[in-house]
Amino acid sequence: MSGTGPRENVFATRMALTNTKLRLKGAQTGHSLLAKKRDALTTRFRAILKKVDEAKRKMGRVMQLASFSMAEVTYATGDISYLVQEQAKQAAFKVKAKQENVSGVVLPAFEVDRVAGSGAQIIVSFMSSHLNYDPDFNLTGLGRGGQQVLRAKEVYAKAIETLVDLASLQTAFTILDEVIRATNRRVNAIEHIVIPRLDNTIKYIMSELDEMDREEFFRLKKVQGKKKRDTAARDVAAAELAPPEFEDFGDGPRDLLSSKDQDVIF
Amino acid sequence: MSNTSFKNRNLLAVIGDEDSITGLLLAGIGHINENQKKNFLVVDAKTQVSTIEAAFQEFTERKDIAILLINQHIAEKIRPTVDRYQQAFPALLEIPSKDHPYDPTKDSVLKRVQKLFGE
Repeated sequence: MSGTGPRENVFATRMALTNTKLRLKGAQTGHSLLAKKRDALTTRFRAILKKVDEAKRKMGRVMQLASFSMAEVTYATGDISYLVQEQAKQAAFKVKAKQENVSGVVLPAFEVDRVAGSGAQIIVSFMSSHLNYDPDFNLTGLGRGGQQVLRAKEVYAKAIETLVDLASLQTAFTILDEVIRATNRRVNAIEHIVIPRLDNTIKYIMSELDEMDREEFFRLKKVQGKKKRDTAARDVAAAELAPPEFEDFGDGPRDLLSSKDQDVIF
Repeated sequence: MSNTSFKNRNLLAVIGDEDSITGLLLAGIGHINENQKKNFLVVDAKTQVSTIEAAFQEFTERKDIAILLINQHIAEKIRPTVDRYQQAFPALLEIPSKDHPYDPTKDSVLKRVQKLFGE
């Protein structure tokens, strides 16, 4: 019997057959849609992969620059790390998350969100309190150290922007990776489990229905045969019963034969 | 997936050496919340690995951090934890430090990238 593999537990009826066929069609449509989604995501994924790779290398250079400017600051003003750490209160450099939709997958994209906040204040207050600089946020009157600090701040801000870009790429990468895996699993499940299963069910129902058809045909043949036999038997019985009846009503024809007709030769 | 919860993530966190932290804080990423929790950890030669691990766990579990920056040479110290980290949020970035140039072959994300390209 065909359809020996795993199959759905259904009764072999025409309705079940129709239903299963519909489901098979649905599964095939779903499969092709998912395969398309997977391809779209993979294309996107490849593009992001390349960008991640580039951005990571770029980050190496940018951070090196930033470190240089930090070294300049240390050279010009001495160690300011303690001060800077102590003065951090509210983040002035934040990120905002935006959403981006790639074939049904929501990817976050971070955006730099700078508020005029403690970042600038750190420097100002640091300069005013410790280096006796003008607290007015103006480069006039600032010594070399202040300039270096400002420059370092800007360089680091640039570096962080690069980092934020990289972070969005990387997050997109992680999410896409996960989604692609899930989609792949689904595509494979439909291809290798759901569709063969439905196929088997259809084959099973077909074979069962054929079997039923043959049985029905055989039954009908048998019934017909029996009926024929019964009719034959009845005929025989009737034939046995009939002759006396014929004898009863047999006078007419005999009469016809007995009287001589001119036209009849013999 | 935690797609829904990234709206209110807007901070950056850092685990790094003194110079990196100073530079990043100078740019203004430093934040201390109501519970006096900082969003940065200064690691020097004396810092215990367990402290780094704890900070890493804390930063990855906080709901307001979007990006976690970690110096690569510090990430090296807790490499198994970093490699095991697969969440999308917060995004984990390994950054170079002054004394340790960036080595792309050690980055856990780049390693995955290489693996995918190698397929």
